[in-house]
Amino acid sequence: MTTRYFGQPVKRNEDPRLLTGRALFVDDVDLPGMLHVAFLRSDLAHARIRSIDVSRARQRPGVVAVYTAEDLGDFWRHGPLLVPPPPVEGIVFHQRTQVTLAKDKVRHAGEAVALVVAESRYLAEDALEDIFVDYEPLPAVVHLEEAAQDRVLVHEELGTNVSAHVVQRKGDYESARAQADVVIRRRFVYDRGTAAAMENRGIVAHWDPKAETLTVWDTTQAPIPIRNGLAAMLGLSEHQVRVIAPFIGGGFGPKIMMFYPEEMLLPWVSMQLGRPVKWIEDREENFYATTQERGQIHDAEIALTRDGRVLGVRDVFLHDQGAYAPYGLTVPINSQCTLLGPYDVPAYYSEFTALFTNKPIVTPYRGAGRQHGVFVMERLLDIAARELGMDPAEIRRRNFIPPEKFPYNNEIIYQDFAPLVYDSGNYEPALQRALELIDYRRFVEEEQPRLRAQGRRVGIGVVCYIEGTGIGPYEGARVTVESTGKVSVATGIGTQGQGHFTSFAQVVAEQLGVDVADVHVVTGDTDMFHWGTGTFASRGAVVAGNAIHAAAVRVRQKILRMASEKLEAAEEDLELVDGVVRVKGVPERSIPLGQLAVEANPLRGAVKPGTEPGLEASDFFGPERGATASGVHAMIVEVDPETFLLTIRKYVVVHDCGTVINPLILDGQIQGGVAQGIGNAFYEQLHFDENGTLLNASFMDYLIPTATDVPPIVGDHVVTPSPLNPLGIKGAGEAGAIPVGALFAQALENAFSDLGLEIREIPLSPNRLYELVREAQEASGHGASDGPGPGTGSP
Amino acid sequence: MAQRTTVTVTVNGQEYTREVEPRLLLSDFLRHELGLTGTHVGCEHGVCGACTVLLDGQAVRSCLMFAVQAQGHRITTVEGLAPGPDPEQLHPLQRAFWEAHGLQCGFCTPGILMSMVPFLEENPDPSEEAIREALSGNLCRCTGYQKIVEAVKLAATMGTRER
Repeated sequence: MTTRYFGQPVKRNEDPRLLTGRALFVDDVDLPGMLHVAFLRSDLAHARIRSIDVSRARQRPGVVAVYTAEDLGDFWRHGPLLVPPPPVEGIVFHQRTQVTLAKDKVRHAGEAVALVVAESRYLAEDALEDIFVDYEPLPAVVHLEEAAQDRVLVHEELGTNVSAHVVQRKGDYESARAQADVVIRRRFVYDRGTAAAMENRGIVAHWDPKAETLTVWDTTQAPIPIRNGLAAMLGLSEHQVRVIAPFIGGGFGPKIMMFYPEEMLLPWVSMQLGRPVKWIEDREENFYATTQERGQIHDAEIALTRDGRVLGVRDVFLHDQGAYAPYGLTVPINSQCTLLGPYDVPAYYSEFTALFTNKPIVTPYRGAGRQHGVFVMERLLDIAARELGMDPAEIRRRNFIPPEKFPYNNEIIYQDFAPLVYDSGNYEPALQRALELIDYRRFVEEEQPRLRAQGRRVGIGVVCYIEGTGIGPYEGARVTVESTGKVSVATGIGTQGQGHFTSFAQVVAEQLGVDVADVHVVTGDTDMFHWGTGTFASRGAVVAGNAIHAAAVRVRQKILRMASEKLEAAEEDLELVDGVVRVKGVPERSIPLGQLAVEANPLRGAVKPGTEPGLEASDFFGPERGATASGVHAMIVEVDPETFLLTIRKYVVVHDCGTVINPLILDGQIQGGVAQGIGNAFYEQLHFDENGTLLNASFMDYLIPTATDVPPIVGDHVVTPSPLNPLGIKGAGEAGAIPVGALFAQALENAFSDLGLEIREIPLSPNRLYELVREAQEASGHGASDGPGPGTGSP
Repeated sequence: MAQRTTVTVTVNGQEYTREVEPRLLLSDFLRHELGLTGTHVGCEHGVCGACTVLLDGQAVRSCLMFAVQAQGHRITTVEGLAPGPDPEQLHPLQRAFWEAHGLQCGFCTPGILMSMVPFLEENPDPSEEAIREALSGNLCRCTGYQKIVEAVKLAATMGTRER
């Protein structure tokens, strides 16, 4: 092939529409006769509902309907359990999923208790003021350890707040511990943040009573399961329901929670009223009604030899599910399965208890539990390195799984219910490259001592991680050469900014020899393609990418077969270049693909038995298990000793996601992930008070990093193709965000190493760092009363 | 029903007169009364900057203004930068964002473009620090800002005044 598209930094097909404000987002959908919905949400985290009076709201001019749980009749329901519990022996699992509207009791602040349908959103919100709910407040279960005590129950009928209890083992930790020279035990806390996609959620539902079809525009990452679920709930055939996920303004995980109450209710309301209805979440609602992540407490222990070899790890943790657990155990299983990282750990005991609390629902958010596992392991290694007098980079190097040990079996069950087997990896070159890029030796030996002598608080960190990506079950795609010679591709996954319109076009262009700009990709419209699951777990490029590749290969075969007859040449003598198929070395013997497509779909004559009309093929790809990506992040940070604000002086990412489709898009994914990781590590934290009220539910108070907080990222790649898919791809969507908490902890600790500062929690903040430094100073006897100031930095 | 007021504004060179409630936000007016849905709303409280438009050439947050306050003023939205998505007709700043991969989901992008247009007019040759400072009023959750900064630098070298 003369032009290569795969692997090139091709600029994106979708951008002109996005840049000119012509791309369709859900809130841009405007239909004749459309009504607007607003939800009344509980201000209390835990309360019994004595009564709800909506009579005044119903009388307000412009209000068309008001519904409470009671008004839903048979449609009142619990949402489905999205992911069943994994097949782990001895598992305890109590299923409690969210309800359409709260009945009898509210279990988290922001839970919807009523909805108003009106001629405008303004009027619908006015009418919310008219609704009177008589609540009996109950004590709220806010903190994880409180939840574990079962004094107050989120779901009384369970008799416990335990949502699940899971133990997984590899080898025998107790005997590993018995042989250890060093055992380190610590408690680690990782608290909640929110994904805060710039676009809030939204749904437009349109039941057409004459056509008997339901069309739903939804900010979902998984339109096909939404279609199938809605059809079942509403008693419709799947072919009566079309779900469209148009351009989506960021997903990051919470947009694949299903079903959100609003997602169940809007279509039902449209069918009740026979009119289109729209609900667009506002930012305050997003802080309560969209799912969140990250609350866990780990009691962890690591056993090592004196030369720093890990013999085993024991981790017992609590996981915050929030008030309901529709997503099953994906998050804590990911924590459990990502902790072992790129290290050869012979013995592992991991036990978790997932607990219900009176807080918003927890489902995966970029990283999806992996952050916690990485944080615990990396922290244990850092503390071990300090106790053993080893360099933090060296202790990691010593424990890496060597390249010859792949596939490497960790013997426990992963989120896809397959054994946690790493397909491939080559960790040492990535670490080496990261150390070179951050100039580790020179910083540690020259620059840091020099700056420290000036009283400057500079620290360095380097952390490693793996990410299980690209899990099944499958995705599919249809590739069609149209009569114009342009190619259309339809796949079922949704897209939220990952550049699928381009990277998937590159996969097809590579096979068919057409320009990337001539490949039109449709994602997330169930009328275009209705098989598949969704965009999650860093799987779009891996699973849909390979399905598209498979379909494109089949179309290529059809083209070659047909052109071979037309051009009277052997298939192996043909090539697909610049939109034509031609005889190699005889470019004048060629047929444009468009002409071939017309001839493949004749209006007269006959299509031969055993062949299909058109230059089209559908195909599917389902990996037997996930592909394991990996990487190393390194950072040099400086802390202002007065304000405790940070300057990130250098940030390095060396990443291995196998074969790269588009390095421009990949860089963007990594950089964006790191920015979210930085927010999660040092700026963003959801603060709930003892009543379960969220104290910082706005962008005024919940601080998302800005352009002045996120540094440029120096990136490089190591390529270890996955043997589990034909393209050799591993996922990259979440990698940037995963190790950042661990990196901040190490680098900040390093900046205050003279004080023996030890960081065991994320998120941090300037305030929290100040407090931790004060505590360390007091413990180490460094002039606590003076506060930390410049000049305390003799290493 | 609430009282209604007449408002006349010029948006992207075209004059519009509408009867609106005084409480109608300018962002909602542009999006839902005029159908100019390129202006996005991300937070409704003036932090995220997605709803930024030009009011008499100055960047303002359309979620923090009522439509009636725009009476008699001249507004430019993202739709006013280019006649359509035809790559040949993009504004230089839009071209630079395309070249440099300065967007991912594209939701915050219109607001960022509308903040950067007047910034580059006033600072035709900005330093990276100045660009980052100028961008700090717009939140982006996808890109980590690096490629946005590169796009703005690129636009400065291309010259945003050529159109």
